[in-house]
Parts: sequence; structure tokens; C-alpha cells
Amino acid sequence: MSYELIGITVLWFFLYGYLIVASIDFGAGFFAYYAKITKKDHIINQLISRYLSPVWEVTNVFFVFFFVGLVGFFPDTAYYYGQSLLIPGSIAIVLIAIRGSFYAFESYGSKDNTVYMFFYGATGLLIPASLSTALTISEGGYIEETSNGVQLLYGELLSSPYSWSVVFLAIVSVLYISAMFLVYYAARANDQPALQLVKKYALFWSSPTIIASLTTFIALSQQNPEHFQRAIELWWVFGISVAFFMAAVFLMYQGKYYGWAFIAVMFQFFFAFFGYGASHLPYILNPYITLTSGVTNESMAVALIVVFIAGLCLLIPSLVMLMRMFLFDADYVKGKK
Amino acid sequence: MFELDNVMLSRMLTSMTLIFHIIFAAIGVGVPIMISVAEFIGIKKKDPHYTLLARRWTRGFTITVAVGVVTGTAIGLQLSLIWPSFMQLAGNVIALPLFMETFAFFFEAIFLGAYLYTWDRFKNPIYHWLLSIPVVLGAMMSAFFITTVNSFMNTPAGFDMEDGVITSVNPLQAMFNPATPTKVFHVITSSYLTSAAILAAIAAIFILLKKGGAYHKKALKLTVTATFLFAILTAIAGDLSAKFLAEEQPEKLAAGEWHFETERGADLVVFGTLNENNEVENAIRIPNALSFLAYGDFNAEVQGLEETPEDERPPLWIHYMFDLMVSIGFYLLGLSLLFLIFWKVKRLREDNRFLLWGIAAGGPLAMLATEFGWIYAEVGRQPWIMRGFMTVEEGATTSPYVGWMFILFFLLYAVLATGCIVVLRKMFKNNPAELELEHRYPQVAATKEDDKS
Ligand code: HDD
Ligand code: HEM
Ligand code: HEM
Repeated sequence: MSYELIGITVLWFFLYGYLIVASIDFGAGFFAYYAKITKKDHIINQLISRYLSPVWEVTNVFFVFFFVGLVGFFPDTAYYYGQSLLIPGSIAIVLIAIRGSFYAFESYGSKDNTVYMFFYGATGLLIPASLSTALTISEGGYIEETSNGVQLLYGELLSSPYSWSVVFLAIVSVLYISAMFLVYYAARANDQPALQLVKKYALFWSSPTIIASLTTFIALSQQNPEHFQRAIELWWVFGISVAFFMAAVFLMYQGKYYGWAFIAVMFQFFFAFFGYGASHLPYILNPYITLTSGVTNESMAVALIVVFIAGLCLLIPSLVMLMRMFLFDADYVKGKK
Repeated sequence: MFELDNVMLSRMLTSMTLIFHIIFAAIGVGVPIMISVAEFIGIKKKDPHYTLLARRWTRGFTITVAVGVVTGTAIGLQLSLIWPSFMQLAGNVIALPLFMETFAFFFEAIFLGAYLYTWDRFKNPIYHWLLSIPVVLGAMMSAFFITTVNSFMNTPAGFDMEDGVITSVNPLQAMFNPATPTKVFHVITSSYLTSAAILAAIAAIFILLKKGGAYHKKALKLTVTATFLFAILTAIAGDLSAKFLAEEQPEKLAAGEWHFETERGADLVVFGTLNENNEVENAIRIPNALSFLAYGDFNAEVQGLEETPEDERPPLWIHYMFDLMVSIGFYLLGLSLLFLIFWKVKRLREDNRFLLWGIAAGGPLAMLATEFGWIYAEVGRQPWIMRGFMTVEEGATTSPYVGWMFILFFLLYAVLATGCIVVLRKMFKNNPAELELEHRYPQVAATKEDDKS
């Protein structure tokens, strides 16, 4: 495997990791707020905060890792994305900042403050929407390079069916992934009332997810026919993804094996995400940056890969420790610790 | 005086974010070590006062960490959003420590989460204390890695430049560039100093306002001792930084010291003003001291600003930044020493109000010194963003919306600062130490009267 392929694969894995953990987190914030205003908070909010409290910072690092790594492996992305994403990027930063800090304020400081929870819930849906702009513009047609540098074409972006379908997909996926996870977590905690409630959410959000995926595909065929063509050639990958979707929903209806149901969700997104990523190549930003044109020099690439492997050796045991303490420690989940 | 063009706005936005971030970053680097020390003393002496101290510091720390993390994420993204050309160029050479920093963050975040939620989980408290070690190390590594990046901007190394194209990159050499050792040493020690001074100020204020009991006195003694030790280290590191500048970045030292002509036995100019002919007035002159500061030799030759081309000279107002930083450094050193002497000799009681007010002022002053130090270091690098290779003008974004983003981020930081203050106040006001002590360690609270006598 060439360095650039290793690099992009590693980054894509981390973006996938962020997609999963952040969706759980973002969606949970929304559900917590929703439960609060529909006066169901006594049922699920305890559960949500026990899971979220120890991990939100780790979630954020996944994101930092992705964008720092992207600029490291592909310095050209700093120039093109940096120039064009000033506004959407800044909005995303502001939302992330509001969310992270208000979460801390709410959970360590003034408990159950509705205003804080509103910030926390609303930003959870807006962040995926603003971050998805980066993926949208990577398809090409939304930026132009002039003598005065690269500029984003806001008119194109805001009037494009593709960009809106991506936003829609991002939001519903967040709610779907999160609800599916909370079902599993409630089942582990053996919390029946919470389980019934989040299960309702999970089933409700499953059909919009699959519909949004289809519309995004159709919009892609308009926006970037070549990418669409490459995706069609990888039809089997997307097929596997749909199969896992059906398995997840089936298990959810059965009311058993919630753990497996959530694993099926993870595979559903894994295949869809890697299918999307693989068909996106060779472009990182169509048509300005390709995998080979954008990659950094060899010595940096080697150094980054070495550091990455060393970092994983440090990270994986620590993550396992964290998960055993908070996610898989039955007493903790049940609220006994 | 200056126009609000894109470059100026970009610099203002970056400065604002960094000046805000560094408050929380300095606390994030320094407070874990104080927590760890307090918890350790608590375990060794079996003194719940120290354990409670560690617990309460940790609780406040969660809030500042949260703001540190989100503002750090902001500056991380802003580096690409506001300085795209710089990151494109520098990314080729200095991406390694930036990437390593994310692992340090991961490491710190994981263990911080574990530390926060496991106070009462272990039978033997030493296991809980062990969890603080990775947090201390993680914070130190974060500071180390990011500071190497900043060092690289000051003294780029580890690559060749041919016709604007970067070749023969050596990432390790770039990371361990000439500025790295002194800069890292000074940044870490000064963060420790700042954190210790802030915690000391908090203890002093409690004693002043509420006549705090044994708990606050122990807190004060621990934090002032730490302030003293870290102030010595910071001064040594600062001296080494000045020697580094004389060697590698003489124009920054010359601008900071108002040293215009190259000469032997150079005087140190302290404070003062400049008249319209750029002549120094009203200053205190310490004979030959600049030569000593720069080379450890009263007769050494120190390069003056005249040798730097006019359009590559940093602004002269950074002189005040340097002087204020150094003054605060000596203030903290002197005051903490005085306090410890009084404590030992017991000629004066330790709740001498005059000294306590001095310590209370030391916290905010230390934070100001950190800010002044950074402004001196960063503005002293002007007009370069990557010294000798790229000016700030070449590095800045050409997007026309930077001004709006400045307003947006100004509002954000105002909200974050307000929230942070409100929550911290509430947290400690509704739950004073005495109450918590009684609640958690009833047997100690009952014997509190003995401590007081
Ligand atoms: C509590 C904070 C604090 C205190 C008391 C001091 N400093 Fe400092 N100083 C810093 C906090 C700081 C800093 C924030 O850490 C800086 C900014 C950039 C850097 O490398 O460190 C810095 C920069 C800095 C530089 C520029 C380094 C460079 O640009 O590479 C010099 C020469 C000194 N300091 C020297 C001193 C001296 C001689 C001090 C005497 C006691 C001193 N500092 C006290
Ligand atoms: C341009 C310069 C800087 C950038 C790009 C930057 C980047 C970041 C980022 C991305 C984070 C969030 C990490 C997370 O998600 O957990 C962060 C937090 C942090 N930064 Fe900065 N940083 C900068 C300057 C500094 C400096 C100079 C220091 C130290 C002296 C520092 C110390 C820290 C610490 C300790 C944290 C963690 C917050 C905490 O745990 O308290 N940063 N920084
Ligand atoms: C966290 C501690 C830091 C603080 C408080 C700080 C402070 C500042 C300030 C005040 C400026 C404005 C200079 C001016 O307007 O003339 C500035 C500029 C800048 N700094 Fe730093 N700096 C820090 C660390 C870093 C680090 C570690 C990096 C590199 C990764 C960095 C990158 C920059 C950039 C890109 C600029 C804009 C160019 C310029 O105006 O010089 N800074 N910083």
C-alpha cells in the first residue's frame, strides 16, 4: 500500500469513529432535551448523563485527530478547505464550543438548567449539518480558484439539492445511531421504562435514515456523475450496508439482542461510509486535490505513520480501560457506582 | 494608525483566540500537577484536608478544561481557516508534532475522565492517585508538542527551500529546532507558576474574606511553596530564553530591550519612553546588564536593531511586554519568599493581611505575565509568520469575511467567559469547604477546633 493510501485509510477510520461516537453524543443531547420538554426526563436523562459524562472530551479528540491528520498527510487540504470553509468552519467551531462548554457547565455546575440543555440539544443537530458542508464541497462545483485565492460559491451551495440532502442525511443518521445505542445501553442497565422510550425513538428514525440515504444517492448522480458511477461499481458494498440496516431493525423489533442490533448499525454505516470514501477517490477535493497530488513528502508521511502506530499502542489499552470502567462495567451502568 | 485590512483582521482574530485559549491552556498544564501533589500529600499524611483540596480543585478544573478543549479546537481549525497558505507550507515540515499532540490530548482526556469519576471506587486510594500521573504527563506533552510548533515558526529548521518548493524534509529536526529547548522549558515552568499562583490567590482570598480555617491555611502554604519553586524555575528558563534570543533571534531581543546599536557592555533599559527620534527617555539604565543577560558576560557584544533591515524589525512597543513580564516574575518570586520566611520565623502571623493581599494579586498578575510573554514572543516575530520564509501577509486568508468572524468569535468568547465565571462561582459558593468537610469526613470536622488553637 502506498503512503497516501495508508494515510487516507487511517483518517477515514478516525472519521468513521467520530461519526459513531459523536452521533451517539449529539443525538443523546437532543433526546435529553426533547425528553425534558415532553416531561419524560425522569425516565432517560439519568441514563444519558451516566454515559456521556466521562466520554465527551474523548469524542472531541476524534475530530481534532481527523483534521490535524488531514492537514498533516495532505497539506494542500489546508489551503483549499481552509480558504473556502472560513464561514461554515467557524460556525461549526462556535457550535462545538457552545456545546462542549455548556455540557460541562450543566453537568458539573448547575444541574438541570433548561437553557443550558437547550443549547446542548440544538447544537447537537446543527453541528452535523455544518460539518457535512466539508463533504459536500469535496464533490466539486462549489468552489472556484481565482487570482485572489479560492472562494466558496455560497449561491451554488445553498441552492443545491445535493447539499441539502447531505444535511438531511446527517441529521437523521445522528438521531438513528444515537437512539439505537441508547437502547443497547438501557438494556445493559436493565432500565425497562427507559428502554421502551428510546426504542420508540430508534424505530421512528430508522425509515427516514434509509430514505435520506437514497435521496442523497440520487442527488449525487446529478452533482457528480463520475463519482456516482464509481459508487455504482461498488454496488455490493452498499448492498451489504442495506442488509445490516435490515438486520438491525429486525433485531430491534424482536426485542432481543440489542447489542447485536447496535453492532449491525455500526456495520451498516461502516460499509456505507467506506463505500462512499472508496468511490470518492482518487479525489480528495474534486478537481483540485487528488490522493497523489496532495500527499506530503515521503519523510513526513513515514514519520506520521510511525507515530500513528506508536500512538495506537498507547491509545488502545487506555480506551479499553475507559470502556471497561464506564461502558461495560455493569454496576456503573446501573448507577451503583 | 493601522488599517483594518484582511491581514490585520486575521491577526486580530488569531490573537484574540490565542489570548483566550492560553488562559485555559496554562491552567490545563499546571493545575493537574498541583492536584496530584495535594492528593499525594493527603494519602501520605492521612490528612483529609489535602484530599478535599485535591477534590475541590479537580471540580473547578473540569470547567476550565472544558473551555480549554473547545477553544483549543477553535484555534486548531482556525490555523487552517485563517492561515491557509502558511499551513500548506508549514504542514509539510511541522505536521509531526501537531499530530503527536492529538495523541497527548487523547491520553489526557481518557485519564481525566477516569480520574474524575472514580474518587471513591478504589479501596486503596493510591490507585486513584496513580490515575493522575497520566493526566499530568498528558498535559505536559500537549504543551511540549504545541510549543515545538511555535518554536519552528521562530526558527524554522529541518528542510531546504528551493524556488518556493520545500525539499529534504527532516521532521525530527524541524521539531527539535534551535528554539525548542528554551521555549518548552519556559512555557511549562511558567504554566506551573501561573497555576500555583492562581490557586494561592484563591486560598488567600478565602482567608481574607472568611477567616478560613485549617483547611485554607494548608492550601495557602502548599500553593505558596509551589509558587516559590516554580518562580525560580521560570526565572532560570526565562534567562535561558533571553540567551537563546541573543544567539538565534537577535532582532527580537534588540526590539524588546530598545537596544539600537551593536555594542560591548550593553546597558539594560528598564521601562521608559521613546521620543519622536526613537531616543530612550525616562528609563532606568542598568549598566552592562544586557550583555550579562544575553551572554552571561558583562562585556559581551550584543547585536543592535540597526543590523536588521528596516522592514523586518518588530514593533518597539513589545519592550513594555517584556518589562512587565519580568517585573511580575520577580514580584512573585519575592513575595512568595517573603511569605515563607514569615511563616518559618513566625515573627508575623501567617494571616498578615498585607501579605495576603499581595498573594491574592499574584494570581491575576501571573496570568497577565503569561499573556505579556506570549505577546512579546509573537509580536516580536513580526513581520514573519515563519521567520525568514513567509510573512504574515503572505500567510493570511483572502476570504472577505474575516471581520464578521471576528465579531462572531468575540461573542463566543464573551459567552464562554461569562458562563465559566458564573458556574465556578455557583459551584463553590453553594458548597463551602467547611460544609463539604463535615459532610465527607465528619470525624475530622469534629476535631477542627483543635487545629485552630
Ligand atoms: C508566568 C509567566 C511568566 C513569567 C513570570 C516570565 N515569563 Fe518569560 N514568557 C512567558 C511567561 C513568563 C511565556 C508565556 O511562557 C513566554 C511566551 C512565549 C514563550 O516562549 O514563553 C515567555 C517568553 C519569554 C521570552 C521570549 C522567548 C522567545 O520568544 O523565544 C523571554 C526572553 C523571556 N520570556 C524571559 C523572561 C525572563 C528573563 C523572566 C524573568 C523572571 C520571565 N520571562 C518571566
Ligand atoms: C496555536 C496554538 C495552539 C493550538 C492549535 C492548540 C490546539 C489545541 C486543541 C485542538 C485543543 C483541544 C484538544 C482536545 O480536544 O482535547 C487544545 C487544548 C489544550 N491546549 Fe492548546 N493549542 C495551542 C496553544 C497551546 C499552548 C501554547 C499550550 C500550552 C502552553 C496549550 C495547551 C493546551 C492544553 C493543556 C489543552 C487541553 C485543555 C485541558 O486539558 O485543560 N495550547 N489545544
Ligand atoms: C497559546 C499561546 C500563544 C499565544 C497566546 C499566542 C499569541 C499570539 C498573538 C498575540 C499573536 C498576534 C501577533 C500580532 O498581532 O502581531 C499571535 C500570532 C500568531 N500566532 Fe501565536 N501565540 C501562541 C502560540 C502559538 C502557537 C503554538 C502557534 C503555532 C502553532 C501560533 C501561531 C500564530 C499565528 C499563525 C499567528 C498569526 C501571525 C502573526 O500575527 O504573527 N501561536 N499569537
